[in-house]
Amino acid sequence: MLLELSDVRVHYGKVEALKGVSLEVDEGEIVTLIGGNGAGKTTTLKTISGLRPVTRGSIRFDGNELVGVPAHKIVAMGISQAPEGRGIFPGMTVMENLEMGAYHRAGGKAAFARNLERVFELFPRLAERRRQPGGTLSGGEQQMVAIGRALMAGPRVLLLDEPSMGLAPKLVAQIFAIIEEINRQGTTVLLVEQNAAQALRRADRAYVLETGRVVMAAPAGELLEDEAVKAAYLGGDVGSAS
Amino acid sequence: MLRLINFAHSEIFMIGIFASLFAMHGLGIDSGDPALTGAALVGTLVVVTLVAMAASGLAAVAMERVAYRPLRRRGAPRLAALITAIGVSLFLQELFAARYGRDELGFPRVLEKRQLFEVAGANIRTDKVLVVLAALLLMVALDRFVNRSRLGRGVRATAQDAETAALMGVDIDRVVMLTFLLGGLLAGAAGTLYGVFFEAARYNIGFLPGIKAFTAAVLGGIGNIRGALVGGLSLGLLENWGSTVLGGEWKDVFAFTVLVLVLLFRPTGLLGESLGKARA
Repeated sequence: MLLELSDVRVHYGKVEALKGVSLEVDEGEIVTLIGGNGAGKTTTLKTISGLRPVTRGSIRFDGNELVGVPAHKIVAMGISQAPEGRGIFPGMTVMENLEMGAYHRAGGKAAFARNLERVFELFPRLAERRRQPGGTLSGGEQQMVAIGRALMAGPRVLLLDEPSMGLAPKLVAQIFAIIEEINRQGTTVLLVEQNAAQALRRADRAYVLETGRVVMAAPAGELLEDEAVKAAYLGGDVGSAS
Repeated sequence: MLRLINFAHSEIFMIGIFASLFAMHGLGIDSGDPALTGAALVGTLVVVTLVAMAASGLAAVAMERVAYRPLRRRGAPRLAALITAIGVSLFLQELFAARYGRDELGFPRVLEKRQLFEVAGANIRTDKVLVVLAALLLMVALDRFVNRSRLGRGVRATAQDAETAALMGVDIDRVVMLTFLLGGLLAGAAGTLYGVFFEAARYNIGFLPGIKAFTAAVLGGIGNIRGALVGGLSLGLLENWGSTVLGGEWKDVFAFTVLVLVLLFRPTGLLGESLGKARA
């Protein structure tokens, strides 16, 4: 198992945001985490990245314990994240944003050039806009910067927090296609999504999170057909979105 | 840059002035000694500046460790940091007052204040040239560091979004410490320049320049280095214009009127905050 959370508990003050989350991500998979607002999806990703202190439980990555490792060291170990709301640096150009992704400098110049080439192949638009300030890009382009920046770290596991948020349907489909392409190139993906239909269609396996607990874990295709999941998360758009 | 206005920065500057004075004494230069020339002058200025930068830099880093980091760790509100800053400021002032008294201490004159030439009625003196050149040099160095170097980029990323910067592998604690160190080094150098120019040191000498620096920063746009330069120049010009029109005793009143007016009518400053602009 590449990434494994066991009974992870996280508190915000006295409130328990994660009440013992256990999940696994195997090398080469796309695993998705779906659930409503406040279910703990974003908290789970932030906790893996070391941004939230763990009260109990363990997070193992490739055999190493991540609990207690500061955030800035986790990215160098091979886990990078495109945060929710894109979180790009608005005052920096596209190129500077991408350079920030490689801030930890693992692999040196060769890795930097290789990762940059990969990002520009996946997102040719970013190559055109490399000198433009991040804050002046469209929502879709900002999302590309956020994902591209996370790839610049050369991660083994890519954590994506709501990559489709606020994007037009056509762009959503495009972003998901690129996520699949990234996965095909050998990067493991853990994807948090509100857009459950799209996420379940692209993922190998899925977890459903409710108020800080995993309530379902199954192959993504099965959840797509599950009546309870359909009622709670898929609404009417299962067949309509492409 | 860190969404924190360190009002105790005035005292870091004051420490730079005292350190300059003691460095001169340490080099065996006392009040009334003849001014230095040539290599001795340059050497003395360099040594004194380095001592002042080291003293202020260390003081700033120590202050961050002791006073601000615990607050940041606990996620304390910004108001708490502001009150802490005022507390630290008073503490340092009274510490120096208790140790060195409340009277002004004179500076030896190391640099002969000779008029070099006159331009349109303005007399250009050696010490003024020194101050302007040194200030420009420091500004350019800081600007280059923040905009060009990898660590500088880490500083900017932290200022724009600290949590995301941490995701990129930026060690936030180190960046904050570095910011305080840089601020301290600059304040130390400024302390030497102030000492050479005004030839005085007193426990509360940092107060007025501190508030004026704040005014200049607000005028130029908080969190913007080039803005601070523009703001500083504008404030200086406005002040001197005001004191010519209204009389010298109104100079400081004028500076603070500017502060209040800018806060009222253009809180983002002349150049605006670069972040704010990009986000809009």
